[in-house]
Amino acid sequence: MVSIKINGNLYNVPADYTILKAAEENGIDIPTLCYEEGLTITGACRMCVVEVKGARKLLAACATPVTDGMEVQTESERVVSARRDILRLLIANHDLRCLTCERNGDCRLQDYCYRYQVEDTPYKGAKKEYPIDTDNHFFIRDYSKCIKCGKCVLICAEVNGAHVYDFMERGFDTKVTSAFDDNLQETTCTACGMCVNVCPVGALVEKSVLWQGRPWEVKKVTTTCGYCGVGCQLKLKVKDDRIIGVAAAKSGSNLGHLCAKGQFGWEYVQSNDRLTDPLIKRNGVFEKVSWDEALTYVANRLKAIWQEHGGQAFAGLTSAKCTNEENYLFQKFMRTILKTNNVDHCARL
Amino acid sequence: MNELLNTEVIFLIGANTTEAHPVTGYRIKQAVRNGRKLIVADPRKIELAKYADIWLRQRPGTDIALINGLAHVILRDDLWDRKFVADRSEGFDEWREIVEQYNPKRVEQITGVKAELLEEAARMFGQAERASIVYAMGITQHISGTQNVLSLANLAILTGNVGKEGAGVYPLRGQNNVQGACDMGGLPNYYPGYQLVESEESREKFAKFWGVELPEKVGLTVTDMMDAAYAGEIKAMYIMGENPVLSDPDANHVIEALKNLDFLVVQDIFMTETAELAEVVLPGASFAEKTGTFTNTERRIQRVRQAISLRGNSKPDSEIIVALANKMGHAWSYPRGPVEIMEEIARCTPSYAGISFDRLETRGIQWPCPSPDHPGTPFLHKDTFTRGKGKFHAVHYMPAAEEPDEEYPLLLTTGRNLYQFHTGSMSRRSKLERMRPEELMMIHPNTAREYKLKDKDYVQVESRRGEVQTKIQVTDHIPPGMVFLTFHYKETPTNRLTINATDPVSNIPELKICGVRIKKIKPSLISK
Ligand code: SF4
Ligand code: SF4
Ligand code: SF4
Ligand code: FES
Repeated sequence: MVSIKINGNLYNVPADYTILKAAEENGIDIPTLCYEEGLTITGACRMCVVEVKGARKLLAACATPVTDGMEVQTESERVVSARRDILRLLIANHDLRCLTCERNGDCRLQDYCYRYQVEDTPYKGAKKEYPIDTDNHFFIRDYSKCIKCGKCVLICAEVNGAHVYDFMERGFDTKVTSAFDDNLQETTCTACGMCVNVCPVGALVEKSVLWQGRPWEVKKVTTTCGYCGVGCQLKLKVKDDRIIGVAAAKSGSNLGHLCAKGQFGWEYVQSNDRLTDPLIKRNGVFEKVSWDEALTYVANRLKAIWQEHGGQAFAGLTSAKCTNEENYLFQKFMRTILKTNNVDHCARL
Repeated sequence: MNELLNTEVIFLIGANTTEAHPVTGYRIKQAVRNGRKLIVADPRKIELAKYADIWLRQRPGTDIALINGLAHVILRDDLWDRKFVADRSEGFDEWREIVEQYNPKRVEQITGVKAELLEEAARMFGQAERASIVYAMGITQHISGTQNVLSLANLAILTGNVGKEGAGVYPLRGQNNVQGACDMGGLPNYYPGYQLVESEESREKFAKFWGVELPEKVGLTVTDMMDAAYAGEIKAMYIMGENPVLSDPDANHVIEALKNLDFLVVQDIFMTETAELAEVVLPGASFAEKTGTFTNTERRIQRVRQAISLRGNSKPDSEIIVALANKMGHAWSYPRGPVEIMEEIARCTPSYAGISFDRLETRGIQWPCPSPDHPGTPFLHKDTFTRGKGKFHAVHYMPAAEEPDEEYPLLLTTGRNLYQFHTGSMSRRSKLERMRPEELMMIHPNTAREYKLKDKDYVQVESRRGEVQTKIQVTDHIPPGMVFLTFHYKETPTNRLTINATDPVSNIPELKICGVRIKKIKPSLISK
């Protein structure tokens, strides 16, 4: 443990912490753009700069380890002025169509401009404009809004291992994109959507959310992925009782990481093929019936068979897709009501 | 699964992790990028084979020979954990006698893996302080599945890689709540919490707890149920959320069996191939429309939360079961819903005794969790130590139930792809469908040449049990003489081909190996 002072207050923190982590854990918010827990720290955006007593330059909080006795100012005049300058440079080359941007209200660039009262920029010049890429099935890429934080590059390379993106060109012309600017379908992209989830601005956006609602109208429900046994945690984005997309949730072992199934595989839930009513087959065709009719019918059939043959004539398959509570009730039903242990599921598959 | 980042060597066998368990696949790749060593044993050139320091391409069905071979070298070169074996295991001498027969030369003859490569892998694994073994259905879906798992446990005990951080054996489960379905007693021989039906004590406990008489006879497994239905011994089935017509081996037999029932009721969210055969179909709810818990492959119990309202007149599956119980004349009642059901589960399941919805609010808990103040158990020693000491099981290699022969010369193995899931009833109704809209049977260029086939040609695949049609993909991802199909596509119902031979202990069917033959057909013969 070392003790450091942040904004005049003394804190004890583990020696391997960065200034950012020490601040975060003590409820002090330092703005960041390029930092993402678990990815390489590049220190590229400089948004997190802080003033450290005795250091000539401002230091990036995300990349600077704490030392014993360190004294840090996170919102000093010098710090704020540096952050303002970074923001002015960013908006100078940003397509500011905030009015209709899907991240309006949920955008780091907006939030920090508001926080530091940056309304305009003195850096006027040519803006880089790129056509919006809508070629892949799952998300759009609007690089006129990219702030080049590099997080999409890192998460794709360091977590997925697909290495789809890189920085192209240099200086003003820098663009973060796939090799040769290719359509993602032609690359090693596995459609995991993790790049979309880390993007702090409106450059990478799920297609399913386009024009569906403003971020503050969307409810996010944390739940467990319905596909494989890894059991990733994720947030379903819900608007007007409809799922419109998925956001990362960091509460599980998946640390916010997802695959294509968890991120983009939810549409079946709202498919028109969903069964909506109980059905009884009569003369070879299914007819819609009420619950009462269906359950009475099933109960009568089961009872009749029970009377004639007893419990050993029954078998039940419970489900590796259903919840624990449902599985529990199902086996209880088979064992206590139908009086058989003939209950199994497709675990083996 | 994040422990995989702290291990030194990962031995991955029978698991195509990057497609079947992608986020675990990310962790393995991250570990490799951080300098950890990876040994992959798989007949297919799976993505992780490219990341591997050593790739052992064993013949399908020869896993035990391979694993015994690794143990042989570790013993011979004195790389085993003598202290751990002496203090914490039993059955070593008997086991050692068997393993001594698996010298690298013999293993090479059986598995096709070069002796030098086997030795190198054994040294890499044996020298590590902390090593992990990861496996999935490629290990279990064989007639020798249980033995395969035991031989992996042997290897872990021999090297002392049990129950410590950054070491251990990690089985990967297929569907999201396989673990939970087993924990909850969705098995013919277990009540919730793996309490044996055969044990009089457990039976009395549950009889008292539920307030009824309980049947004594251990139940039938899926495969046996189908046989019994076929034979007319089972008269009625209740199937909830499963689609055995596509997922189970020897599909034609399954269809005949289900048709032979007097009464079939299916509860599902879609009109599946199985529901089509039912007399009554009850509409259940998807994971987004109900509350409850799932238990993942790490035994972590996690919340499922309702995000949207029920579709039409459908109901959560738990409500349907309760309503049906009521109609059968039983006064079940859970007015507080799944929260209350979990309270009942906690009262009768020791490993879930400390679980309640409140505790799961912010983060899942790993069982065993015996009391409300217990934090859960991240490292399970018991997997290999149910008897207090780790037991070495002497297991011999045995050939698959149906090896290719003159009539059916190609070896069919089955599995999954990244963009589809299980029988496809969910994933195919999403945008993922566009990534992989149809089956592509993998076939090696040399084999394709023999049959005068080009990439994207169509073939008919036949086994002793049935036939299917499919498009092909010519690729060296699988070895010559072998073909690979998934079971995601109803247009290519692969399980019409697979064999109903099962492991005698676990009853898991041998989906990974059977003999087939192929012939070229016109595309028009396959319909969507
Ligand atoms: S979707 Fe995933 S794989 Fe594709 S570019 Fe984004 S991060 Fe990379
Ligand atoms: S696309 Fe988004 S995540 Fe990627 S560099 Fe640009 S702003 Fe950052
Ligand atoms: S997101 Fe992918 S890896 Fe995670 S549980 Fe879902 S299917 Fe499995
Ligand atoms: S967040 Fe620290 S430099 Fe970007």
